Amino acid sequence: MFDFYFEIPLVIRLILQGLAVIMVIFPIAGACSMAERKVAAWIQDRPGPNRATVPWVAWIPFLGKFLQRLGVFHVMADGGKMMFKEDSLPGHVNKFYFVLAPIVAMVPALTTVVAVPFGAYFDAAGKLIPLGLAPLDIGMLAVFAVSSLGVYSAILAGWASNSKYPFLGSVRASAQLISYELSMTLAVLPVFLWVNAPGTEGTMGFARVVEFQSQPGFLGGMWFGFLMPISAFIFLVALFAETNRQPFDTVESESDLVGSFHTEYGAFKWGLFFVAEYSHMIVGSGVFMLLFGGGWNPLPWVSLATAVDFLGTFLPFAHAPLFVGILSIAIFMGKVLAMIFFFMWVRWTLPRFRYDQVMKIGWQKLLPLSIANLLFYAIAIALIQK
Amino acid sequence: MAQFLFLLFAIFTVLCAVGVVVNKNAVNASICLILCLVGVAGLFVQLDAYLLAFVLLLVYAGAVAALFLFIVMLLDVQGKETFGLRGFRTIAGFVAFALLLAGIGSVALKGQIVSSPPVSVAAGAQLKLYAYQLFTTYLLPVQIIGFLLLISMLGVIVLSKKHEIAEDAK
Repeated sequence: MFDFYFEIPLVIRLILQGLAVIMVIFPIAGACSMAERKVAAWIQDRPGPNRATVPWVAWIPFLGKFLQRLGVFHVMADGGKMMFKEDSLPGHVNKFYFVLAPIVAMVPALTTVVAVPFGAYFDAAGKLIPLGLAPLDIGMLAVFAVSSLGVYSAILAGWASNSKYPFLGSVRASAQLISYELSMTLAVLPVFLWVNAPGTEGTMGFARVVEFQSQPGFLGGMWFGFLMPISAFIFLVALFAETNRQPFDTVESESDLVGSFHTEYGAFKWGLFFVAEYSHMIVGSGVFMLLFGGGWNPLPWVSLATAVDFLGTFLPFAHAPLFVGILSIAIFMGKVLAMIFFFMWVRWTLPRFRYDQVMKIGWQKLLPLSIANLLFYAIAIALIQK
Repeated sequence: MAQFLFLLFAIFTVLCAVGVVVNKNAVNASICLILCLVGVAGLFVQLDAYLLAFVLLLVYAGAVAALFLFIVMLLDVQGKETFGLRGFRTIAGFVAFALLLAGIGSVALKGQIVSSPPVSVAAGAQLKLYAYQLFTTYLLPVQIIGFLLLISMLGVIVLSKKHEIAEDAK
């Protein structure tokens, strides 16, 4: 059925696949900014954005009104506004770096997706094949490496803006991102210690991590979020700090820094910063779900294979690779979106930390905790897997 | 294709490296340094050394160069003062240049760098091989580098503490 696809040259196929993934991430990131406003509204007990609508959709009896109240058309309205607004370039900025910064924000945010598998299917032999752009066996390192380049967008934007608050924001950004990267890296090490059991091939890839969470038995089917709760917690906190989300958004903090590094930006360049932030959130949530949330397994102790076998009892096509692939992607995306909802929930629940508190938490609390956690799991894993 | 990619990344890397030295604006020079590191990482990827490529990005491009840029911006060095060639700096420059020439010359005379024949490794085992080598053959260098880092860390702590006491005295 799809043979024609494999006759296309490899380079073009890879470009097509990359574009396909970006075509999914980009609109979701845009829709997230909308969802953020709607979630904020629900949490604060008000209707939220519910006015924009497209005429002929509003005429549909029930659905039209429902979509309007849900605010889905505000995504298009916002996007259109950003496109058609005057894209002003302030006179006092360093023009080259000012224009470069939003691009530098977007590129790492979208590049990290390359190493993240987002689904899986079973081939004819029943072997699990992960779906992803590049099946790297150093997946985790690749994500860390590329996402660490994202700090340059904040640094460059703040510096090029050539005014006080953006500059302060960029100084904060570089310090905060580098500080929390440490605890984040240390927090995932126990997972890879456990996954790289003696006698197996060494890997830092995500597919193996998910494979380990879908084994039979009590310990085998347990998601790493339950097995290593402290690792998961440290990773989650560091993820909030790395993506500049509340309660760690001292980098943006509109109350004392007026939005900081994007104060001088407007129109689509400003929008790109936000799409980049949400892309980071999507990829970060994806990585969290792969490491600690079971990846594409529907429930703890219920692996994808079990679920497909169960569905096979009443769906004749349940074992078709296409169906399994779509099912696993749907499960994974569902988890990622739930995680993003969690991000928003926290944002509208917790107040922002002061900047000195952010540094204190990072260096005096999280880092020692992650080192102790690593030592504990290193000893425990050595004893268990001996 | 491989040849083309190699030439692309090699030219890009060399141009950026020249940019680091030639640029008078310290921010431009730092950006060139980062791009140069990215280029080198690209070259590593073409040699199938994915681990080296990503570690280079993670440590140097992601953290060290970010700190460079951070310091440059904080001090607002605009390259107004040009460094003249005098004294020790000149000697160091000439020695470095001579070393570089000797290195290039030795490669050019021999025709190629003689390396051990590539060990065929299964796709997934590369990481394990690295780790194994680090913990066996190269254990001593790793320990020495770790010790150096510890010393520099202690140095930073001592220096910053001293500064604080001096400010209290004021």
